[in-house]
Amino acid sequence: MIRRLFIANRGEIALRIIRTAQRMGMVTILGASEAERDSLPAKTADEVAIVGTASSAKSYLSVDAVIAAAKAAKANAIHPGYGFLSENAAFAIAVAEAGIIFVGPDVSSLHAMGDKLMARKVGIEAGLPVVPGGPAADKDAARAQAELTGYPLLLKAVSGGGGRGMKRVDGRHELDSQIDLAMAEAQAAFGDPRVYVERYIGRGRHVEVQVLGDGVSAIHLGTRDCSIQRRFQKLVEEAPAPAMPNDKRAAIEQAAVNLTRHLNYRGAGTVEFLVDAESFDFYFLEMNARIQVEHPVAEAVTGVDLIEQQWLIAGGAALSLTQDMIQPLGHAIEVRINAENWQADFRPSPGAVTRAAWPAEPGIRIDTNMASGGEVMPFYDSLIGKLIVYGNTRDEAVKKLGSALEHLTIEGVDTTRDLHRAIAADARFISGGVDTRFFEGLVA
Amino acid sequence: MSSDLSLTPEDVTDIVAILDGSTYQMFDVKTGRFRLRVARDGDGWTQEWDFSDDAPGGVKSAAVEAFIEDDASAIRAPLPGTFYRAPSPGAPSFVEVGSVVDADTVIGIIETMKLMNPVHAGASGTISEILAENGFMVGKHATLMRIA
Repeated sequence: MIRRLFIANRGEIALRIIRTAQRMGMVTILGASEAERDSLPAKTADEVAIVGTASSAKSYLSVDAVIAAAKAAKANAIHPGYGFLSENAAFAIAVAEAGIIFVGPDVSSLHAMGDKLMARKVGIEAGLPVVPGGPAADKDAARAQAELTGYPLLLKAVSGGGGRGMKRVDGRHELDSQIDLAMAEAQAAFGDPRVYVERYIGRGRHVEVQVLGDGVSAIHLGTRDCSIQRRFQKLVEEAPAPAMPNDKRAAIEQAAVNLTRHLNYRGAGTVEFLVDAESFDFYFLEMNARIQVEHPVAEAVTGVDLIEQQWLIAGGAALSLTQDMIQPLGHAIEVRINAENWQADFRPSPGAVTRAAWPAEPGIRIDTNMASGGEVMPFYDSLIGKLIVYGNTRDEAVKKLGSALEHLTIEGVDTTRDLHRAIAADARFISGGVDTRFFEGLVA
Repeated sequence: MSSDLSLTPEDVTDIVAILDGSTYQMFDVKTGRFRLRVARDGDGWTQEWDFSDDAPGGVKSAAVEAFIEDDASAIRAPLPGTFYRAPSPGAPSFVEVGSVVDADTVIGIIETMKLMNPVHAGASGTISEILAENGFMVGKHATLMRIA
């Protein structure tokens, strides 16, 4: 039974977690950096504990500081959100040693999936197909592995997620410079510079499956398509994955459930696949052992509150949902509103938000921590809000997205709103089922 | 604090539904803690929250914008963030005093919002002075180096 919940995160996801926790009658304690002691999540939480200075390395990423703050606040559970410490096994262990419930999977699952190389190995053991590739601890190893894998290839951070530290390399001449950048970003974002090499599949779609497990049984909550990305950063996500044969969709969902069972997974997770846009052959990429940024689209079509499910499972309950109870209905699309100048190479745009007007009507959900008079700080990532639209059909959802974006105004910082307007009006997006090269072909 | 903040997203949807069936154009409520304005906007509705009145001054970012003088020799920070002089810890710096650069030469990296942004010299010449220290926060337009 979770009574006092400590939220070890910030931004929109902290606010989203606090809202469900308060509805369930928990006392919420937000662990905030000094720079964010007056943030909207801080104002909404029942209590605020300062976990360190502005820099994430000294606050949101500090295992010792977060544990100390949670203990001092007498929390009996910690929700790590996404990013930061959410998939850090050492953190999960420290939480357990402090006698606090970790709202996330068992440490064994974090070990199995926290590292992309290990994830490949476990995926193969569970009988899932994987993309050709291998590790590259340094430049020499990367060169050798690249010769085996062939170009074009991807460099990925071993400890990564969210596209950080991921680089596409089209030829041998680019390898050295790209590996430097990839390792520097991997070090900065995850504290682990290791990268690995993977074959780049040209016409691929990014399709993922939301799963829930209680350690014994496992179910899926359908597919999400996140193929619209720029430099491996997701821009648009939708549920279910459009324009995909039903038998292939069922096969991917079953593979995800098989992996979840193989791991005796406890909690909410996402199994990511690369899907060939023509043959619909699929390859297991990794499993994200946490809640994801794009979880609201699955919630919109299934009616399940995934954060609530995380608590029920973390509290020791068996899954109360069965596969038969999950009947996805309609279509949902999420776009990420980032404080970036998308026309200047997506340069981050920190600063004061003089006005934030978000669309409001039935079928629209806004997950944001940004209000008029707020500030986008230079210390954290650029996501300032998510617009989620729901329609009875995909066509209806696409139309609703276009009109909702007409009623969204952020002043003071640059945002990706107009990029999303261009996407919503793009003929390829309107017909659905685009591959990950969509962004390169976008005329905006 | 939760006991104070009483309106949920569902409440906002309800307010929109009520207004939509009326001739009202706007709902504007201000309390000691927040202001919410729900307004008709063409064929749709917007919601605008403001929590800033009760936060005296707030806590602004540590970055202090530098005074921008008209100085063609300055290489300025294109955006605020943490300035690094080398591509990775322990690696040689991109440039030193005396380095010859052209407009495209990378002279450092600024880490902002988890991204590494290369800083280019922007002009040809020789680095004459390095003002920004490695690993320190710099404001937008702060002078990082000078070119002679």
